[in-house]
Amino acid sequence: MVELLNDYLDGALPGSEAAHVEAHVSGCDGCETALAQLRETIRRSGSLTEDQIPADQRDLLLAAFRGSHAGA
Amino acid sequence: MEPLRASSDDVTLVARLRAGDEAAYMSLVETLTPSMRRVARMYVRTDAVADEVVQDAWVGVLEGIGRFEGRSSLRTWIFRILVNIARNRGKREGRSVAFAVLAGDDLDHPSWDPSAFLGAGDASAGHWSSLPFDWRGVPEDRVEAGELRRLIQETLDTLPAMQAEVLRLRDVAGWRSEEIRNALDLTDTNERVLLHRARTRVREAIDRYYRTVDET
Repeated sequence: MVELLNDYLDGALPGSEAAHVEAHVSGCDGCETALAQLRETIRRSGSLTEDQIPADQRDLLLAAFRGSHAGA
Repeated sequence: MEPLRASSDDVTLVARLRAGDEAAYMSLVETLTPSMRRVARMYVRTDAVADEVVQDAWVGVLEGIGRFEGRSSLRTWIFRILVNIARNRGKREGRSVAFAVLAGDDLDHPSWDPSAFLGAGDASAGHWSSLPFDWRGVPEDRVEAGELRRLIQETLDTLPAMQAEVLRLRDVAGWRSEEIRNALDLTDTNERVLLHRARTRVREAIDRYYRTVDET
């Protein structure tokens, strides 16, 4: 059951299987807590940020645009 | 499921790019380039070459934008261009990277430690023998969001490159699974397994953190 929780959260399970997971989780403390851990994991990952790209690379990419048909 | 086509946002953005809208282009560059650098680096030897690949990819995007037909999302289309260039460059360098190296050799690892479940000999085999730790029971003021962010970042840095990138695209950047599959040329199964493995590693790291702060 626990192996299905990721697919369940991703909406990757067919309706009947998703309903089966929900029914099980509502009666199983372990799987309910596991599901909460996964939700929190995804939420915390969502708070990551990307580094800015280096200024020289940014300049080169801007120059590419200005030199292109799109930027011309 | 319907094949994913360009969204109305994509259509607007493409029109802006074609019209020479520099701000729209730079915003797209800032959003996608960090991930593009990491993906390129999977296929070529050095960061410097990866940056050349990214540069070539954006030039390719600008040359091809007039022909973009919206049969995939714009970002998927951009990553297809990137991956093709990166692979060819890698081949020219004589570098061939086995999928197992990028994906990791631990993909058959279970999501939860098997010892958390009762064994086959038990009448309740498969049930939890020790319940997972309930993070919701940890007082909120003990949890440092910044520290958790750093911890997740460090965990991703230790993962095989493709595992980390699938998680970043899915859970950080919010791409749909289908976009990721097409962008990185993964099968449906591989994309899911990579994502689940990466999430497990991150979850385990967060679990250790919560257990530690709960004890202090």
